[in-house]
Amino acid sequence: MSTIDVAVTVNGRKRTGTVEPRKTLADFLREDLGLTGTHLACEHGVCGACTVIIDDRAVRSCLQFAVQVDGSSVTTVEGLATNGELNPVQRAFMNEHGLQCGFCTPGFVISATALLNDNSDPTDQEIREGLSGNICRCTGYQGIIRAVRSAASEMRASR
Amino acid sequence: MSTTAMPAAGPAASPAARYIGQSVTRKEDQRLLTGHGQYVDDITVPGMLHAAFLRSDIARGAVTRLDVGAARELPGVAAVFTWSDFHGVFGEGWHAMLGEELQVPPPLAIGDVRHVGDPIALVVATSRYIAEDACDLIEVDIDATQAVVEFSTAHLDTDNIVHAGWGLVSNAMVVQPFTPMSPDLDQAFADAAHVVECTVRQNRYVCVPMEGRGVVANYSTGRDELDLACSCQSVHETRNFFSRYLQIPEANIRVTARDVGGGFGQKMFVFREECAVVLASKLLGQPVKWIEDRRENLIAAPHSRNEQGVVRLAVDDDQIIQAITIDHVGDVGAYPACPAVINPQLLPGPYKIPRLGFSMTMVWTNTMGKGAYRGPWMFETTAREMAIDHAARRLNIVPIEFRRRNLLAKSDLPFTSPGLQEFTEITPLETLEQAITMLDYPAFRAEQAAARAEGRLLGLGCCVYVEPTSMNAPTLATEGATIRVESSGKVVAFLGTTSHGQSVETTMAQIVADTVGVSYEDVTVVQADTQSTPYGPGTGGSRTAVIAGGAAREAGEVVRGKIVQIAAHKMEANPEDLEVSQGIVAVKGTPARSMTVKEVAALAYRFADQLPEGLQAGLEATVRFRPARFPTWSNATHLCVVEIDRDTCVPHVLRYIVSEDCGRMINPSVVEGQIFGGVVQGLGGVLLEDFVYDSNGNPLTTTFMDYLLPTTTEVPEIEIGHIETVSTTNPGGYKGMGEGGAIGAHAAVANAVGDALAHLGINVTSTPLGPNDIHALLVAAGHG
Repeated sequence: MSTIDVAVTVNGRKRTGTVEPRKTLADFLREDLGLTGTHLACEHGVCGACTVIIDDRAVRSCLQFAVQVDGSSVTTVEGLATNGELNPVQRAFMNEHGLQCGFCTPGFVISATALLNDNSDPTDQEIREGLSGNICRCTGYQGIIRAVRSAASEMRASR
Repeated sequence: MSTTAMPAAGPAASPAARYIGQSVTRKEDQRLLTGHGQYVDDITVPGMLHAAFLRSDIARGAVTRLDVGAARELPGVAAVFTWSDFHGVFGEGWHAMLGEELQVPPPLAIGDVRHVGDPIALVVATSRYIAEDACDLIEVDIDATQAVVEFSTAHLDTDNIVHAGWGLVSNAMVVQPFTPMSPDLDQAFADAAHVVECTVRQNRYVCVPMEGRGVVANYSTGRDELDLACSCQSVHETRNFFSRYLQIPEANIRVTARDVGGGFGQKMFVFREECAVVLASKLLGQPVKWIEDRRENLIAAPHSRNEQGVVRLAVDDDQIIQAITIDHVGDVGAYPACPAVINPQLLPGPYKIPRLGFSMTMVWTNTMGKGAYRGPWMFETTAREMAIDHAARRLNIVPIEFRRRNLLAKSDLPFTSPGLQEFTEITPLETLEQAITMLDYPAFRAEQAAARAEGRLLGLGCCVYVEPTSMNAPTLATEGATIRVESSGKVVAFLGTTSHGQSVETTMAQIVADTVGVSYEDVTVVQADTQSTPYGPGTGGSRTAVIAGGAAREAGEVVRGKIVQIAAHKMEANPEDLEVSQGIVAVKGTPARSMTVKEVAALAYRFADQLPEGLQAGLEATVRFRPARFPTWSNATHLCVVEIDRDTCVPHVLRYIVSEDCGRMINPSVVEGQIFGGVVQGLGGVLLEDFVYDSNGNPLTTTFMDYLLPTTTEVPEIEIGHIETVSTTNPGGYKGMGEGGAIGAHAAVANAVGDALAHLGINVTSTPLGPNDIHALLVAAGHG
């Protein structure tokens, strides 16, 4: 099968690769770039585990081909912490018991970060709707919702 | 939200409970939140190939033609395996917990298929993409015959036999005829003022861990060694299984599971796919990775629930239940990974019911086989609690009041049930009272009356249960722990556990830190690696806190004793005058006279000549722990408030309350997290999740578009109340609590829907209860 060159900025670093056109962005991130924090849990765009930020928008990387992000800027879960310091959403997940097995967590943390970037003061209903495209089987969402609420207030306070 | 009543008391307090009882930050979180977990699909080894299965699209039939020629020719394909390639190259395939009789089925179909998803061929290629391309090139013809799908009558079907290929003439795997557990059972029913009977049916729903199953099998032909990374719940049982299967010593096999993305029982046992991939690696002499995709996980990873019971209650004039019986039928599918038979002795649960009888039948069908799922004995609770609501309606008594009259209270203990279960440290009535206080029960009933007057459908469901945790089943009775203070003074605990989300690294580190007397930050828990940890049968059955926790504590006590001995010798103090806390050994009341654990460790490893006479150098201990009694009972009451939208028939859960008693809590956040997750799985199983086959055995719910899981918009805030009755089965006073949330939720949610509809003359005794089901009930009752 023919291949295509791709150049993407991932977590602030310029990355290049040569991929089959059918290779998903998720597989490109995981296999070609070694960024295995992005997880695949349904591969049909429902569970949200593979969510990444592409040019400021939360996108399911299992439904994108790597070639589609040529020239774009991608943030994965590995890119959220700065100098080892967790971002407010990650920190809140830790404090509020927002994760158990951790498999869905990268998608939730990315979705919540994107949600709060768009809306710094979400209502509980907006948090629930904003995260309804991510599935977790461990937490019953209780700690996740608390965490996003708490991260929002921390982010507002620090502005 | 959380409420605590009756604070823990008693002799089991930890030597210095600095961390036990605290919601400390989880050790697992830093790596998992930053994308640095190591799940099986994150592992890559040199020369690794990728596997994909060709699976049957037909539920039952003979394979008349299988041509893998074109697939083998595809560039990038290393091999295509069919049954004939594996025939004769493996040994016995059984698990110690389940016994030698239950062999894992052949890794690939032999001549005929028995359910959709039955693996027929295994392609191994340089990428998963190519392996799947090659699956498309395999030509297979199957002569389809009528599948057996409806389980409740499958044992009566003599024309269509699931395992005719084995020469069987019945679809019944197990038939236990009716067995009275009480001599005067018949008399009790004859004398009863009321006999109420109903058929409770629970739908098929499945574990759905977010991470499917998966393995990286690396067989070294030259060394006859297998290195296996596996998404599983027990690395040790996986190793022991493959030792038998490959006929090589246990020591030649290393199984690891660094991070596991949920299991819920589905990953407790090795199944066909892992066997096939291991054999492929052995035959190829190369590492092979197989990562289950979601469709495979839904159609071909072990299924669960799908049970039916005819429940009869004999009730006297005072609304006291005098006897309970069940005639149970359970579906084990075609190839059960773990039949998870019901334990009918649990049927009376936390009630003072004096008489019991049961029959049970387990049937094979042409569907995916049964495995374990969180609370494998939940149906006993579902059946009883739905039958109690049904009976309460028949007797015209409020279900909560009916329960109050019949539940065990602390003052009734000790109590031996007709199922010969002995209860001493449970609080069924107390949890019911706490839960209805949290609800404000009178206010709810007033609100419900007002809602009904407005034509709204508002209901309250209740479920009270006891849960046998930390069972004494083969292999499950004990756990080991090795605790070592390293020469730096840091502490490492090697445990036989295989955590898949239970925060085991955290809770066990809390126990170790308190017991040894060091800081939580200085403790590392190593688990899920057969080369370094003591044998453990696996994380499941709500057994880690009690049994692994007991091992960690007892090993920690030995280590602390040795620290004290060394320090006393060095400091010329009386050992009884020393205490160890936060890494410092000090004379009680004279903190200036002290030395650090780090200094003690240096003596233990580097300056053995300065140790007390006769004391071994080094600073570690290995202990195996077995609880004083089995099981360790925990208990809870669940309350659920549901409102059904009269126009759309969508049920909305408005409130969910759990009052539970899991003994002393190691970490309240972890306890509550386990309850939250279990409740939502049970809630999902009633309102959203339903794995459906058509009458030909075709699965209809093979994506998350069809198999609906609860999301943030369907789940309410869950309120939890705690009653901490210390258990005396183990030194920490803990009780298991990993499964209770799922056990209680099913009946509580179903009963809430039932209560919302009861005044319309609708009698709810089966699930699922999604909008379509509720609409059908309304139509049938003339309220369409």
